Amino acid sequence: MATEPLLAIRDLRVTFATRTGPVEAVAGIDIDVEEGRVLGVVGESGSGKSVSMLGVLGLLPRSAVVTGSARFRGQELLGMAPQALQAIRGARIGMIFQDPLTALNPVLRVGEQIVEAIRIHRDVSRKAAMARAVELLDLVSIPQPRERVQQYPHEFSGGMRQRAMIAMAVANEPDLLIADEPTTALDVTVQAQILEVLEELRTRLGIGLILITHDLGVVAGTADAVAVMYAGRIVERGEVDAIFDEPRHPYTQGLLAALPKLDTGDAPLVGIEGRPPSLRDRPAGCAFHPRCSLAEARCRVERPVLRHLGSTWCACHLAEAADHLGDVPARHVMDGK
Amino acid sequence: MQLAPPVIAAPSWLTLPVMVGGIVVAFWVVVALSVELWSPHPPLEMVARRLQPPSADHLLGTDALGRDVLSRTLHGARHSIPIAVIVVVVAVTLGALLGAGAGFFGGLVDGAIMRLVDVTLAFPPVLLAMAVAASLGPGLGNAAIAMIIVWWPVYARLMRAQVLEVKEREHVEAAIAGGAGRIRLLGIHILPLCWTPVLINATMDFGQVVLLAASLSFIGLGALPPTPEWGAMISDGAVHFYQWWIAFGPGLAILTVVLGFNFLGDGLRDYLDPRTA
Repeated sequence: MATEPLLAIRDLRVTFATRTGPVEAVAGIDIDVEEGRVLGVVGESGSGKSVSMLGVLGLLPRSAVVTGSARFRGQELLGMAPQALQAIRGARIGMIFQDPLTALNPVLRVGEQIVEAIRIHRDVSRKAAMARAVELLDLVSIPQPRERVQQYPHEFSGGMRQRAMIAMAVANEPDLLIADEPTTALDVTVQAQILEVLEELRTRLGIGLILITHDLGVVAGTADAVAVMYAGRIVERGEVDAIFDEPRHPYTQGLLAALPKLDTGDAPLVGIEGRPPSLRDRPAGCAFHPRCSLAEARCRVERPVLRHLGSTWCACHLAEAADHLGDVPARHVMDGK
Repeated sequence: MQLAPPVIAAPSWLTLPVMVGGIVVAFWVVVALSVELWSPHPPLEMVARRLQPPSADHLLGTDALGRDVLSRTLHGARHSIPIAVIVVVVAVTLGALLGAGAGFFGGLVDGAIMRLVDVTLAFPPVLLAMAVAASLGPGLGNAAIAMIIVWWPVYARLMRAQVLEVKEREHVEAAIAGGAGRIRLLGIHILPLCWTPVLINATMDFGQVVLLAASLSFIGLGALPPTPEWGAMISDGAVHFYQWWIAFGPGLAILTVVLGFNFLGDGLRDYLDPRTA
């Protein structure tokens, strides 16, 4: 690529020191986010998707050791002085949390919270900041923003609180927004509205977005690119269309197969057998092999690396044989360049 | 006769104990502020024969020096109430500040402050207050200092526990993600959510401080004669076994003040604490 991406993560590792020894929650991942594009990071609970993002922003407890590199607009975030990082958080990189019920300060009016968020980074008057707060609530489609800024979070519905959170996160016009399961705690109908708001912000403000989720449906509707994580590693990544059309990794295939379909009548729901591995003793070889129906001898011993296959990247020894993996259409495999 | 339905429903927090407590406490505060103006007799002068039983002129009789017990009891509020206010306010401020610091910064700060708290709380409070008061010398001021030394660790512990809990909440993490610094975190996102238990405890402790102040005076470590302090007055009355009225006035005063503050504190907890229905 010619220009450096908005956020370039290289070989990011996060290790937690615990009583029973170190636990590697993220075991070396590479992620690129381009300006104005949406990257979906998908995985089960504990796959390291949230931890990696929190690690990049320096939001993990002290027991976590974060190594590797995370360059934001060419600036290395890991190992940056706390003061400098603090100036980036909320100003250049905004973050949205999963549970809007608890992520707002319950004793502060919504408007004042947004004013706070602005005044941390900008030297503007309280009055100007409040006017901006009204504007922001309007931007995220909260009706009657003038009245709403005077209310407390408990007077907001779940969906409106999440909008308020989004308004706060974009208050300082960041270049990158990290949304950690932004719709998980919300009703399906509200989910759609929130995703619409995010989509609109992206097109209007040109913000790059990292969407952390376990919901492939959300990714399919919103993201441009997707990275699938399993046990602290990326097992497959590429453009959304390519991945959804032709998933190469058995895990991705399993996830897609597990999506409930509306058009197949009362066909039973399909799941992936077994449970995600404990990060304490990650299986040797491919971490997914105990749950993989295709696992061969070398899957148990040799760890597959992420390889360029066709238009996507996949970490599976059997990816070239993807044609045999089920109902995936035959495909010409190009050599990675 | 049927009672007419109340026109205005009492707000839910205005229960009978809160009302009684409020009236009693308000009564003593008003007395403390205004007794100079309407006291039936001067509190320090011999106004009648000594050890007179209650009569129309001296509703609670006279003490061993012929002073009016009722007047002295009422004047006692001028000492006990301000002492309670000063001790609670200083102890809460000091304790909350140190406790919040300990909880927020953790590590060495936490260790140092909390060990000091542990050491202080290892002594029975009355004993420690006595020891400190005795080493400082008698007098209400010194008694107040002794009580502050005894009391601040309670609030430090309370505040630390509260801060530890609140600082793990998600809105604090969200604020950090928004770039908030330490001062902003503590002042805007943590402390405002920590005050409830401290406030409830403080209200209850007003009564306890009145009681401890009286106890110190009773054993001669607080108010000096002839100050009309309740504990000291009970001490005076204790030697006159058959003249019950001498201790009765101040005893009743202590009882009502402590009970009043306890009722208020209970009501406040019911109103503020989500764990009580």
